[in-house]
Amino acid sequence: MNYLITNFGYVSLLFGQHVRLTLIVLFFSLLIALPLGALVSRVRWLQGPVLGVLGIVYTIPSLSLFVLLIPLFGLGAAPAIVALAAYAQLLLVRNWVTGLTTVDPAVIEAARGMGMNGWQCFWQVEFPLALPMLLAGVRLAALSSIGIGTIAAYINAGGLGVLLFQGVVTSNYGKILAGSLAVSVLAIGSNYLLRFLERRAEGFRQGGTG
Amino acid sequence: MEILQAAFQYFLKNQSAFWHATRQHLVLSSAAMSISLLIGLPVGVWVAHREKIAQTTINIFNVFRVIPSLAVLFLALPYLGLGFTPSLVALSFLAVAPILINTYAGLRGVDRAIIEAASGMGMSASQVLFQIEIPLAAPAIVTGIRIAAVEVISSATLASFIGGGGLGDFITRGFALYDVPIMLVGALPVALLALLSEAFWTLFLRLYRKPGH
Repeated sequence: MNYLITNFGYVSLLFGQHVRLTLIVLFFSLLIALPLGALVSRVRWLQGPVLGVLGIVYTIPSLSLFVLLIPLFGLGAAPAIVALAAYAQLLLVRNWVTGLTTVDPAVIEAARGMGMNGWQCFWQVEFPLALPMLLAGVRLAALSSIGIGTIAAYINAGGLGVLLFQGVVTSNYGKILAGSLAVSVLAIGSNYLLRFLERRAEGFRQGGTG
Repeated sequence: MEILQAAFQYFLKNQSAFWHATRQHLVLSSAAMSISLLIGLPVGVWVAHREKIAQTTINIFNVFRVIPSLAVLFLALPYLGLGFTPSLVALSFLAVAPILINTYAGLRGVDRAIIEAASGMGMSASQVLFQIEIPLAAPAIVTGIRIAAVEVISSATLASFIGGGGLGDFITRGFALYDVPIMLVGALPVALLALLSEAFWTLFLRLYRKPGH
């Protein structure tokens, strides 16, 4: 506790780094997952192979994946972002595809019957209906990035993991405690915030005012 | 390719250390899985039959699950010191949540009508549990075990940081020397172990689900 109080500035700095790393990862992984998921939900035979490959990537232990990326990207934030975005793909694509493919075909037909074109139908009908599932995927991806992001400090990606590794090397238990506490607060807080957004989207989906 | 060759050379030269680390990794992982099964399964069953405390317990374990594994491992250090025991405690703790939550969810998913029918036929509570509820909940329970096993194998790599040994030792050693081939001697087998575990449990579940079993 003492460490946290006397070094609040340093802990906040690392906390900020951790949040930034997570947001960058979410941004890039959504950039890939949204079109990939939309494609897979339309070309059904792709579903097995794509989710299979993403599942294999997701199973690779994080420290191993970081090591495998070092020859390609060196040390620092770059290999960490690549690895975390790779893990996030499974969570995002799987949920996004489930969300899109469970939209009632009758609803889509009705929308087309009302004269909506494919693009309008996607944005105004399919997207809002699949949004809660997508947000659930975003929440899982954020939690995995925050968690594995602590290990990324080992390959010099910064963030709250720095406190953990420094604490272990120097046997500074206050540092370990402060790092664990800060990263747990970040993870639990993000979980609550994103779950709240999920509920809002769910309410919106069911025709409420949200 | 040269890196892989160098890694293979290092492996050939350090075979006894490699097999020792692999054994440590497997012992640590299976011991942690055994402990978490011994805790997670009975507590999951117990909680599933108690409406009032179920939601609270599951919420608490859902929060535990969110805590990063590195934090759990390193938090064991101030209280339990370095070595095998703190690693074992931390890994067991990590694995309990998925096993417990899935056991609970699997049992809650069993149709009440089936349980009532079984009781109506004169089955005792333990007969209903072992002959009806657990077989029907088994797919969910096995999924929990699968998730926990991969998490344990993966996190056992991190045990090297707190002196728990295992294949992570090659990663930390390689890192200290900034020698990628040495790191790969730890990283590749760990990835393989995780994938094998995943494949094993997936296959197990598929065979279990086959009709006529």
